[in-house]
Amino acid sequence: MAAAVPVLIGVMLIALFSAAWPAIQRFGARFFATSTWDPVAGNFGVLPFIYGTLVSSALALLIAVPLGLGVAIFLSELAPGWLRTPVGFFVELLAAIPSVVIGLWGIFVLVPWVRTALEPLLKSALGFLPLFSGPPLGIGMLTAGLILSIMVVPFIVAVSTEVMRAVPPAQREAARALGATGWETTRTAVLPYARSGIIGAVFLALARALGETMAVTMVIGNVPQIKISLFAPAYTIPAVIANEFTEATSDLYVAALIYAGLVLFIVTVAVNALARVLVNRAARGPSMIRE
Amino acid sequence: MAVVTCGCTLLVLAPLILILVFLAATGISALNWEFFTRLPGAAGEPGGGMANAIAGTLWLISLAGVVGVPIGVLGGTFLAEYPAARLSQMTRFAADVMNGIPSIVMGLFAYVLIVLPMRHFSGLAGGVALGVMLIPTVMRTTEEIVRLVPHSVREASLALGIPKWKTTLRVVLPTAAAGIVTGIMVGVARIAGETAPLLFTAFGNRFWSWNVLRPMAALPLQIFAYAISPFDDWHRQAWAGALVLVSIVLIVNISARYAASRQVKLR
Repeated sequence: MAAAVPVLIGVMLIALFSAAWPAIQRFGARFFATSTWDPVAGNFGVLPFIYGTLVSSALALLIAVPLGLGVAIFLSELAPGWLRTPVGFFVELLAAIPSVVIGLWGIFVLVPWVRTALEPLLKSALGFLPLFSGPPLGIGMLTAGLILSIMVVPFIVAVSTEVMRAVPPAQREAARALGATGWETTRTAVLPYARSGIIGAVFLALARALGETMAVTMVIGNVPQIKISLFAPAYTIPAVIANEFTEATSDLYVAALIYAGLVLFIVTVAVNALARVLVNRAARGPSMIRE
Repeated sequence: MAVVTCGCTLLVLAPLILILVFLAATGISALNWEFFTRLPGAAGEPGGGMANAIAGTLWLISLAGVVGVPIGVLGGTFLAEYPAARLSQMTRFAADVMNGIPSIVMGLFAYVLIVLPMRHFSGLAGGVALGVMLIPTVMRTTEEIVRLVPHSVREASLALGIPKWKTTLRVVLPTAAAGIVTGIMVGVARIAGETAPLLFTAFGNRFWSWNVLRPMAALPLQIFAYAISPFDDWHRQAWAGALVLVSIVLIVNISARYAASRQVKLR
């Protein structure tokens, strides 16, 4: 039974590969370099979707990593004992909320707020940057990044708190004994020690963000285009699969969507494997300080 | 530093509180008896409920359990009983990686595996997609719990001349049973709200659907369909559905945690 898991991953790869074969044969590597998405003419290129997936995930990490690290430092270094359990519990609760519910909240609460408050503010303050140009629509890349950051932050918090707690107390005490303040202790003793685990946590979050489907689909606007402005609607690979799969009429259309899914599968498995190697190494502890 | 990290914590918790408050405020006013007992109404007409979707979700979860629980529990037991075996190390790593595979890819997998050969959407395909997602969670929690069973218990059984496989099945697993059930509940809470793997497997259904070989309704699918619809009454029902879904997920999740913390204390 245990062997079922590695076997299943192999079967998934084979199944997706064979189902995507017509599209792989037809488009090959050109699939990733062209921006035409024309089901009627049977021309498929996923560049805008890849762009949307990468930019929305990067935006999510940009917001979630500093915040998540802040929470992790708070939980592992500062918070009094009675506060740790409830705060950790609530952060994990955030991870338990189904993504379709977060998407629902996104459509009816976050999008209007972004449209009427956040985007006008960004526009008036930083409007000279092409990143913040164009009409404030609410739906688009910025909102997708925000909602993704909400969804991945619990993973960053959980894993980095764990690896920071695995740092031996002797490390902290040594820094303290040398006269380091609280922040200096964290910066010089705890963070370097936990570094590989924290990087692993970020990769875990990245894999989640790349593959997150429902909430993103509901707020990103679903327009396959590459625009510099974060206010503009965009599209991601999971979103296009979710939206168009059941409506895909030709076999080539279905194969093209599965091809996109295969790429997502391979990328997330690779990112996850890398993350696990880093986290496992950090959780095991010593032998990692090389400087 | 204290102020900054404390601020981070508040910022991270703010969305959770906002989501729960909105959900409670909007959802409760939309909940009524009809919601739990009636089928969805015609498009654009007010009224109707999500009875079939709630039943469908329960059905899909049971199907997922049939697929995922045996593999997860037995696999996890193997990992705990033979922790150093090469297969165990590989499986542990693979389970962790599998945990991170996007749920939409699981849907594609079930589509290729079951929907394509059958030529139509079915509850079975949805159940398999969810069941595969259940495996890594159940496997890893089972492993942890079975490891907690004291060695003296195993040794007592082995000393009586009982073979290892029988010791595992009749002594170790029953000792760990409560913990394993907790692990299964945590896994179920995780998959109950999944939408993406059901979009093109279970597909959804506007009527009662008991036949697992036919398209089947599910609460998350219904919420999604209603949320992106143009009708106010459907939006209202989407909030009600979300409230029901979140209540189910959080109740299962929290009671599993509570049970787990009590079990640890008892030991």
